Amino acid sequence: MSMTTTPRRVTPVPIGVLAAIGIGFLAIPLVGLLLTTPWTRLPSLLASPVAIDALRLSLVTSLTATAIAILIGVPLAWVLARAQVRGRTVIRALVTLPLVLPPVVGGVALLLAFGRRGLIGQYLYDWFGVQLPFSTAGVIMAEAFVAMPFLVITVEGALRSADPRFEEAAATLGAKRWTVLRRITLPLIGPALLAGTILAWARALGEFGATITFAGNLPGVTQTLPLAVYAALDTDREAAIALSVVLLAASLAVLLLLRDRYLRGGAS
Amino acid sequence: MTLSARLELTRGDFALALELDVAGGQTLGLLGPNGSGKSTTLRCLAGLESPQSGVIDISGTVVEDTSRGIAVPPETRSVGYVFQDYLLFPHMSVIDNVAFGLRSRGASKREAQESALRWLERLDIAELASRKPGQLSGGQAQRVALARALITEPDLLLLDEPLAALDAGTRASVRSLLRRHLADYAGAVVLVTHDPMDAMVLADRVVVLEGGHAVQAGTPADVARRPASTYVAQLVGVNMLRGDAVNGVVALTDGGDVRIADLDMSGPVIVALRPEAISVHLHHPEGSARNVWQSRVHSLEARGDLVRVEVDGPPALAAVITPAAVADLRLHEGADVWLSAKATDLDVYPA
Repeated sequence: MSMTTTPRRVTPVPIGVLAAIGIGFLAIPLVGLLLTTPWTRLPSLLASPVAIDALRLSLVTSLTATAIAILIGVPLAWVLARAQVRGRTVIRALVTLPLVLPPVVGGVALLLAFGRRGLIGQYLYDWFGVQLPFSTAGVIMAEAFVAMPFLVITVEGALRSADPRFEEAAATLGAKRWTVLRRITLPLIGPALLAGTILAWARALGEFGATITFAGNLPGVTQTLPLAVYAALDTDREAAIALSVVLLAASLAVLLLLRDRYLRGGAS
Repeated sequence: MTLSARLELTRGDFALALELDVAGGQTLGLLGPNGSGKSTTLRCLAGLESPQSGVIDISGTVVEDTSRGIAVPPETRSVGYVFQDYLLFPHMSVIDNVAFGLRSRGASKREAQESALRWLERLDIAELASRKPGQLSGGQAQRVALARALITEPDLLLLDEPLAALDAGTRASVRSLLRRHLADYAGAVVLVTHDPMDAMVLADRVVVLEGGHAVQAGTPADVARRPASTYVAQLVGVNMLRGDAVNGVVALTDGGDVRIADLDMSGPVIVALRPEAISVHLHHPEGSARNVWQSRVHSLEARGDLVRVEVDGPPALAAVITPAAVADLRLHEGADVWLSAKATDLDVYPA
């Protein structure tokens, strides 16, 4: 008998059938979306004032929310990974919560805290005349609230796995703490920081529940792409589809950017 | 450019208590097994760890004094540190790695790079300047690490197992390179190693560290010839026998006895016997050798061009003979043999 070097790998029939159903379940809706897209009218649909407002607003708010997430999320990740703090578990639970919390609950919570009669919101309004709900700033807050955990968790993991001895080596070479952070730590976690940023941005771009609860659905002010899709679905189905295609394209772009991280599969 | 340090540190079961003095231009070899406290000592000297009690003085600057609450952080100590696995910054080119120390101390980018290039030229690796550390061989990485540590002209240079990560061929060449550069270097050097060869070639003085304590200090030659611990004896391949001397006979602790030339020696002694000085015979040898032992071959092991023969004892000894002799004597594990050694070949010193 000849020796064969290829191991026999036969997929049991029930597993194969269920897996095929799974693939169909994920693929068919997307195929449906793409098949019904009025491709020729896409440019004019996206050029409508409502669509342009939503596109512009989504871009501005999601990028701003991402910037905020980086600004406060990276230090938070650093504290979680490196600092000797009490209650680390509580902090980590707090950071992770928005990942699993229904976004609408997040919106309600934001409203109760920052609304005009909210815990902090009443003083913001009384003292500074600042009103966050139903404003573009409110959209940014809602997006940052749900997006930041992606960044914190990705960066924290990278900080944990980065060898702290590189920082020690830098210190023996005369680098002060700030130099070590800027020239060693941040570049070492660079790829993870980029991945976390892209993930956070994608999450911010797609945000719906917290935004509509906290910031409402005002065209030009708080109506971001997902909200515009939802609003247009009843009145202008083709416009809803066109905006959906934009969001789908953005999601595919994110996958493409992060392919090394998520599409390779297996070890590494 | 001197180092004077006294360190005490306890961590769990481990206790370190050590005093070190190294003059400028001198290299002190810290020799010891894993877990003996070598790396902890280096980390304390660099300021990466603090001793529970102790004083460290580098070139007249007290950088650590626990009784006065002085603990200068690593970045302001005049210390160069070559790490065992080099720790070259993976995201920087070779030249940026080497320039890092000067840049951190405020030199302009151009100034730092020019100086880095001069150091790379000194170490014959200028052509690697734009490579990333991931593209370097072990020997090249070692040179880059050395250049990176020396560029700031530190008063104290710490070398942590500088050759351990290299393959045998590269080791020899990097060892001689290190020797050349250490000779030019004006500061004090502390070299940590578990390889006696590194210590012999590179160190002016050796401190043997075991379990956090210095068990022996001296020139490399002294330590190799007269090991004070089984660890060093095994490292340098010398037979070390402990016993009590009376009238030219040493009654060995592990059984058997040895005749020595010095009749005045008495009390607990260590007898060091080089394996090359032992002859192996099939029958009781006739001759002038004062020490003759009957024994059984425990193991035969090729060591380069020679064969190391270990016998059960007592005393348990190792002899080194040629493969031709092994064949002539038809030696094999379990063979009955006689060993002989001249009393004058034994080095006897108080334990």
